[in-house]
Amino acid sequence: MSSVEIRNLILTAIALGVCILLPMADSGYWLSIGLSIAMFTVLATSWALFSGPTHYISLATAAFFGVGTYTTGLGFETLPFWSLVALAGMFGALMAALVGLATLRLSGVYFVIFTLGLAELVRQVITWAQNQSGQKGLYVLTDITEAMIYWMLIALAAAVYLTGWLIGRSRLGFALRIIGDDETVAAHSGINTARAKVLLFMVPGAVAAMTGAILAPRYVYIEPSLAFTPMLSFQVVIMALLGGTGRLWGPLAGVVPFTLLWESISSNFPNQTTLLLGLSFLLIVYALPRGFVGLLDRLRQRVTGGVS
Amino acid sequence: MSPVLSLRGATKRFGGLVAVNGIDFDVAEHQVLGLIGPNGSGKSTTLNLISGALTLTSGSIKLRGAPISGLAAQDITRRGVSRTFQLVRLLPSMNVRDNVIAGAVFGHRRRWGAEARDFAESLLERVGLGGKGQMPIGQLTYIDTKRVELARVLASDPTLLLLDEWLAGLNPTELQDGIALIKSLRDEGRTIILVEHVMDAIRSLCDRCVVMSSGTKIAEGTPGEVLSDPNVIRAYLGDDDA
Repeated sequence: MSSVEIRNLILTAIALGVCILLPMADSGYWLSIGLSIAMFTVLATSWALFSGPTHYISLATAAFFGVGTYTTGLGFETLPFWSLVALAGMFGALMAALVGLATLRLSGVYFVIFTLGLAELVRQVITWAQNQSGQKGLYVLTDITEAMIYWMLIALAAAVYLTGWLIGRSRLGFALRIIGDDETVAAHSGINTARAKVLLFMVPGAVAAMTGAILAPRYVYIEPSLAFTPMLSFQVVIMALLGGTGRLWGPLAGVVPFTLLWESISSNFPNQTTLLLGLSFLLIVYALPRGFVGLLDRLRQRVTGGVS
Repeated sequence: MSPVLSLRGATKRFGGLVAVNGIDFDVAEHQVLGLIGPNGSGKSTTLNLISGALTLTSGSIKLRGAPISGLAAQDITRRGVSRTFQLVRLLPSMNVRDNVIAGAVFGHRRRWGAEARDFAESLLERVGLGGKGQMPIGQLTYIDTKRVELARVLASDPTLLLLDEWLAGLNPTELQDGIALIKSLRDEGRTIILVEHVMDAIRSLCDRCVVMSSGTKIAEGTPGEVLSDPNVIRAYLGDDDA
């Protein structure tokens, strides 16, 4: 490992250590903000692992997330909690593989629409199933506290960063960068493009489902419109793009300010949240097409006088 | 000795248009074959059929006796067939060296890590880009982009090399360098198919030529033979000059 990598590793470890201490300092408002930040960090970072290099905008986060919450909702009385999280991860990966095989031949806007439709499809199926059985939603009553959920998310975030770092150094990560640049060149360089994309799409699928499984106890009562809310998919995309997908830490730089902004918007203007979400999306796309990461790169280039 | 590549009745239709119509030819080991013909005669389409960029409508293509028609481009590449593109295709987000490494990691002979880096540097040296490995793609001149693409293609250590107008658009000095470079590739034992318009290059490089016109093969032989063939002259210049 180079000295820069060792420095980054130490900084990451310190940052994680500080994050772990948050529940000791506050168990009310700030813990709940921290929990949101941890959740979106996990979702946006894993989203960017796939969508960053390939430029395929996936709106399927809510579908995987919802499957995860329902895994916990249906299984928490019979199975230990940790196994539900693992199970949700497997469901998410499996579902992503199926979706990937079916759709990754679609390009551009077709892929976006399909993934958005997928979340809606799963939601409708579960609503239908619940109507058949006469239920409206599920109660998830556990003794899992908010602090425990927070710690689990921090652990998951650490795992996502580690996975992302390993993928970045691997042949798979390199293959994805080539595919993102030029898929024809990728195929003519010997890359099985379909397999590489499906494999990597399974990562955000598994992670989003695990996040859903971990968060289910916090909601106490889950129903399809909550677990599969399309708003979640859009929030993840906006945060990841705001931060920038060119670096592993990029999404985090978008998650923190956006979560704080979102929190103040939804407490001050509870009826205009969607409107403000749309406006911020427009603003990000126009003003920061490559996110904070791109902005930083531009500034750095200007400082060094364009010498690279 | 069995040919490296053989096409039998290779045909490609795009709807009602027959772009390649029942082409037959063989390429022997260590040979440089020129695929020539007027614009729109189906040369690039033929190359696309060999590399797997397009699939055959009918006919067959065999690599050392084993059929490769119907395989995906990546599988054909892994069997040792690599190509350049008529319009140069590079990876804009990466520097020159990573562009070359991209060809080395997943291809015919695979390399990774330090081995791939060293190999890429030696190929850059070879194509005349020594020391430019860290340059971004956007700062390259036209000839240098062609050199990067050739280095990427060579990085997979192909046994059959497909060059689609690789010499087009070069100035006279660059052309001499380019011809020398392709000669050296043949000398190290690679088999090469050239799609080319530059007559100097065809005369000095090709062992044999296949001439296409409107999707069909109209002549085959040494460059001297085919270039004096009345059918070929008619295809290029029209009836009055034949």
